Amino acid sequence: MAEFLQFAFSGLTVGAVYALVALGFTLIYNASDVINFAQGEFVMIGGLATVFIAAAGIPLPLAALLAVVAATAVGLALYRFAIEPARGASAVSLIMITIGASIFLRGAAQVIFDKRYHSLPPLFGDTPIKFGGAAILPQSLVVLAGALVIVVLLWTFIERTLFGKAVLATAANKLAARLVGIDTRRTVGFSFAVSAAIGAIAGILITPITLTSYNIGTLLALKGFAAAMLGGIGSALGAVIGGLLLGLLEAFSAGYLSSQYKDAVAFIVILVVLFARPQGLLGRATVERV
Amino acid sequence: MTSCSLFSVKRVAAAAVVIAMVGAPSVALAQIKIGSSLSVTGPASFLGDPEKKTLEMYVDEINKKGGINGQKLELIVYDDGGDANAARTFATRLVEDDKVAAVIGGTTTGATMAMIPVFEEAQVPFISLAGGIPIVEPVKKWVFKTPHTDKMACEKIFADLKKRKLTKIAIISGTGAFGKSMHNQCVKIAPKYGITIAHEETYGPGDSDMTPQLTNIKNTPGIQAVLNTGFGQGPAIVTRNYRQLAIPQPLYQSHGVASKQYIQLAGDAANGVRLPAAALLVANKLPNSDKQKPVVTGYTKAYEGKTKQDVSTFGGHAYDALMILTEAAKRAGGFKDKAKLRDQIEKTKGFIGTGGVVNMSPTNHVGLDQSAFRMLEIKNGDWVLVPESGS
Repeated sequence: MAEFLQFAFSGLTVGAVYALVALGFTLIYNASDVINFAQGEFVMIGGLATVFIAAAGIPLPLAALLAVVAATAVGLALYRFAIEPARGASAVSLIMITIGASIFLRGAAQVIFDKRYHSLPPLFGDTPIKFGGAAILPQSLVVLAGALVIVVLLWTFIERTLFGKAVLATAANKLAARLVGIDTRRTVGFSFAVSAAIGAIAGILITPITLTSYNIGTLLALKGFAAAMLGGIGSALGAVIGGLLLGLLEAFSAGYLSSQYKDAVAFIVILVVLFARPQGLLGRATVERV
Repeated sequence: MTSCSLFSVKRVAAAAVVIAMVGAPSVALAQIKIGSSLSVTGPASFLGDPEKKTLEMYVDEINKKGGINGQKLELIVYDDGGDANAARTFATRLVEDDKVAAVIGGTTTGATMAMIPVFEEAQVPFISLAGGIPIVEPVKKWVFKTPHTDKMACEKIFADLKKRKLTKIAIISGTGAFGKSMHNQCVKIAPKYGITIAHEETYGPGDSDMTPQLTNIKNTPGIQAVLNTGFGQGPAIVTRNYRQLAIPQPLYQSHGVASKQYIQLAGDAANGVRLPAAALLVANKLPNSDKQKPVVTGYTKAYEGKTKQDVSTFGGHAYDALMILTEAAKRAGGFKDKAKLRDQIEKTKGFIGTGGVVNMSPTNHVGLDQSAFRMLEIKNGDWVLVPESGS
């Protein structure tokens, strides 16, 4: 039993990390149908910028805030200088642009920051909380809570505000949205900025667990993307459920089957789910009109 | 017609003057070319960068002191970016275009293995800076290397385990190249030290939680110690998770994490961890009687003074390679006869470098023994040397 609990705790820890990263994909996808592969780099910028700003002598909370602002600025710049000039291009071309942007950001981070790994102090210390013979770090709970808060905020924003509706309308039909007076450029630009901020917050919260370095974004984005697909891309709650499921799958297969094949097991399950439900667990089935 | 030819004569004369001015100094000094292909950029740049800086620094110093047997050295460094294909191209260029007297380099094992056939065929002495065992096993006539091997780290750890009478261990290894290779070496030589490996686990390079694997290790009956082979952030997370689960057995790490960074990342969890490391990392902790002390403190001072960066073992490997080469050249009477130079490298005896005491032989082209590694224990966030006798 203690064993089972420990695996579950591990799964929740890792899953919360994936969920936070997966959440970042949601908004941009909702606004523009683009899967932003530079999302992992926002996570990296959030963590690394906090480390370096704090190292310059600025108190940690302020450093974290500045890092989020910096990542948001990078998100806006990504939209303004890479995505917007290519307006009218297909979603696939835009996705390729985000891949290019992610390579660029990684390279820039190597030069601006460094190539080492860094860590941040956990919010509530590193004394594990004991429960039923298993141990979990307080920071894991912080990450989980962070993911839930972001989900609630995102959901309220999209479902309950006019601007959120505008984002949805832009995603559904750009031309129609423009005809009813929505500034679609502003909504898409806004979605990039907020996604970058979500990514940066994720980066700051997970760094005490995962550690961070200039190249951490690629792998995190891959897992986060898989989690988002599993949960149903575009759904905030789906991103969290997908992330937690992926984390639990990995932890249980590492614990009960073999640590060699844990990634393989997780991805096979995802494939099976997507065969049965291509839109993901909570995704809306969409009909493409031709 | 006349003015035209007069003009061309002038031009030829001018060109001749220019050539004489540019070409003359190099002809007069008869520089010896030392070639090198390093991964100065790319994923292995944290190895290649200090190597390049070290070579440049010490070639300058040798030249300032009048060179080797009156001949100045010229260092030619190419950047292969960690790409084995590029390294092979540069190897050919070093041999055919630059006509170098000897080569130092190959930051990664992959790049080194790609270059070996070129230098073997052209019969150019080659000292590699990469860690892999296949570079020197089987022995290749023209190929040497300065870094320790994974096998030596395993031997050092097992010797320490034996001293503490711990014989049943578990291994948790990263699936990256370093973790895998060291895992294989350790498994291979464990029986020689009477060590049984009772349980094995792995983790991926980007994993952020290893508690499931460690829970399984914790639940394996009779485990007396745990060894983690890996590199980068993985071992730091393993160490944290190890303390999170409050596993009481001693934890051993590899020389791959022997840096201040590991202690920073793992924090308090690192206390009590043991790992083998090169003397260079604990230069100021060595007793004054230690043979390596003057060399390692000298190199540390020079490197940190010049580059303002922390010293690393990788730059130390480059220092050792250059010194072994130039010492051999002095004995061989210069760089002219490559076969003689090679023989003298192989005859290196009692050379004290940053990596340890080097005694090469026709069957051993590394020349380091177990004393090259020091067993360290982390106490209160700093290294402490574990005394060689007793435990």
